[in-house]
Amino acid sequence: MVRYLLLRVANYAVLLFIAVSLAWVLAQTQLHPRQLFEVRTPPLDPRSIENILRAANVSDQVPLWDRYVTWLRGVFLHWDWGTSPGGGAVGDEIGRRIWVSFRLVTIGWLLGTVLGVALGAWSAVRQYRISDRVVTAIVLILVATPSYVTGEVTKMVATAVNKQVGFQLFLFLGEKSTGTLPGYPLAGLVDRVQHMVLPTLVLTLLGLAGLQRLQRSLMLDALGSDFVRTARAKGLRENRAVMKHALRTALIPTGTYFAFQAATLFVGATYTERIFAFQGMGIYGVDTIATQNINGIVAVTAFGGLCYLVGAILADLMVAFLDPRVRLS
Amino acid sequence: MSVDFRTNEEPEALGGFAQPAAPTSHRLTRGQLVRRRFFRNRGAVIGLVVIGLLVLLALFGSYLLPWQYDQRDLGQYYKPPSGRHLFGTTQAGFDVLARTVRGLGKSLVIGFMVAVIQTTLAALIGSSAAYIGGWYEKAWLWVIDLMLVLPSFFLIAVVSQGGPKGTYAWLLLVVLLAAFGWQLSARVVRSLSMSVKEREYVAAARFMGLSTPRLLVRHIVPNIASMLIVDVCLGVGYAILGEAGLSYFGYGVQAPDTSLGTLIAEGAQSTTIAPWIFLAPAGVLVLLVMSVNALGDGLRDALDPSSMSGGQA
Repeated sequence: MVRYLLLRVANYAVLLFIAVSLAWVLAQTQLHPRQLFEVRTPPLDPRSIENILRAANVSDQVPLWDRYVTWLRGVFLHWDWGTSPGGGAVGDEIGRRIWVSFRLVTIGWLLGTVLGVALGAWSAVRQYRISDRVVTAIVLILVATPSYVTGEVTKMVATAVNKQVGFQLFLFLGEKSTGTLPGYPLAGLVDRVQHMVLPTLVLTLLGLAGLQRLQRSLMLDALGSDFVRTARAKGLRENRAVMKHALRTALIPTGTYFAFQAATLFVGATYTERIFAFQGMGIYGVDTIATQNINGIVAVTAFGGLCYLVGAILADLMVAFLDPRVRLS
Repeated sequence: MSVDFRTNEEPEALGGFAQPAAPTSHRLTRGQLVRRRFFRNRGAVIGLVVIGLLVLLALFGSYLLPWQYDQRDLGQYYKPPSGRHLFGTTQAGFDVLARTVRGLGKSLVIGFMVAVIQTTLAALIGSSAAYIGGWYEKAWLWVIDLMLVLPSFFLIAVVSQGGPKGTYAWLLLVVLLAAFGWQLSARVVRSLSMSVKEREYVAAARFMGLSTPRLLVRHIVPNIASMLIVDVCLGVGYAILGEAGLSYFGYGVQAPDTSLGTLIAEGAQSTTIAPWIFLAPAGVLVLLVMSVNALGDGLRDALDPSSMSGGQA
């Protein structure tokens, strides 16, 4: 088991290294930070532009290989992921933003998972009844709706509600208010909750939709299987047969999906971050491209790749842990 | 559920024994069977009709609609939907319906092109990897893993940010979306081809001296055709959503071209004063993706002989 895991991790490390190197080459050849400085008024001295670019290791006048070696040295010897063209350290920025993303997605993701599994299992048990059809129809709409549409619509509804009740019940700019808070106790917490409700709702709906579909079909397969029928035939109560035999089996693939998602969430909430003005990881990736921040986008790509691989390993472990039929050693 | 053997598509499987005569019913061809199963699925049929209508609208909309996408109605700024402008007007007095139809056309073209290219890639790579095996297969599996590790959204955005601009820039977007879209399907194609390649007729074809490319295209790929059809269909939905997502951040279709994604991004700027500019393209996008998904699901159920949801033929 340990040997198997170590082999996988080593394999993934090589894969990640090559993937990030490719992303580095792509970013270095496709983005042009020089343009940022050439359009400045008053015009900058070409030599000082060159110096700024060289300091960030993004000058297109240095041979690509030399830049690559410099970048590798920084990353492996000093864990230094470079700076943006403006001068800020990319590593610090990411370190800060990981937690913003984490605070944004955790609750919505957990809620979406629990509700999705519950709704999926419930509608499978009630297959083709009205309740199943209603849930399935709503989920079909949700699955086809990208998060920026869900987000904007939520914002529009919330604005209307705010107008109706006459005060700012829902807030949707960032994590918390910037001005002074009202004097009542726990005002800071209330303020954060007011900011969190809408993005959490959007993320919950997103997670719920995918999982409901998955769980419903898994549960239908499990309910039709021989061992559930046997359990029922032996006189087990319907509820007990469903919960203990069908649901347990049907949860195995969901478990792997859950483990995989846990890791990939950090970079997955880009649209939600944009709509609700959270300064998280996903939106950083988008901004780094717009601002020709080569080191930034490479670091985000590396982080995204790492998340993906951690997710893959977690998913493997989850299968081994949940499914007695799987033996890794 | 009783199984009706007269509808079995491979009567030879019974080993040449005389089958029980069935005087009252005739044997269905596979096409008839699939068609019956498909048309029994109401959602899929509705999806098909909606897609057909949207395609017709995108093709002939400019002849049918009272306003052109680049035609200003002076004085009519930020007007809500009315008889004059069914979906209202924009800040500059453009007709929202005409612009939505134009964006829809571009989104449809991109969606279909990407889906066809990526499924073709998946079919060729997946089936050849399974058939040839060895190092060739290992190398492709490794490339697939490599491309899945990279967050494709950011890489496509990087290339489209640095890539050429102009009238044909959207073709680059098609290539990029397809280049990052085939991997998961290729894995499925590979595992399906693994069992097909063990069949006798494949061995027979090989011993008759058929070349590998020809063998793949003639004998292996047709046997996984049903999976590929479904894959194209669902791929259209993914591609349209992918394009719209990139365009939402300005990395997709570039002005003067428009797609549903660019229109949604534009409309999102003014949801408080003129929500219709956002709601029209967003609604059409959701409708389109829903229809494509319903059609894909329906096709899968109809084509998959083991699926129960198609009902009995």
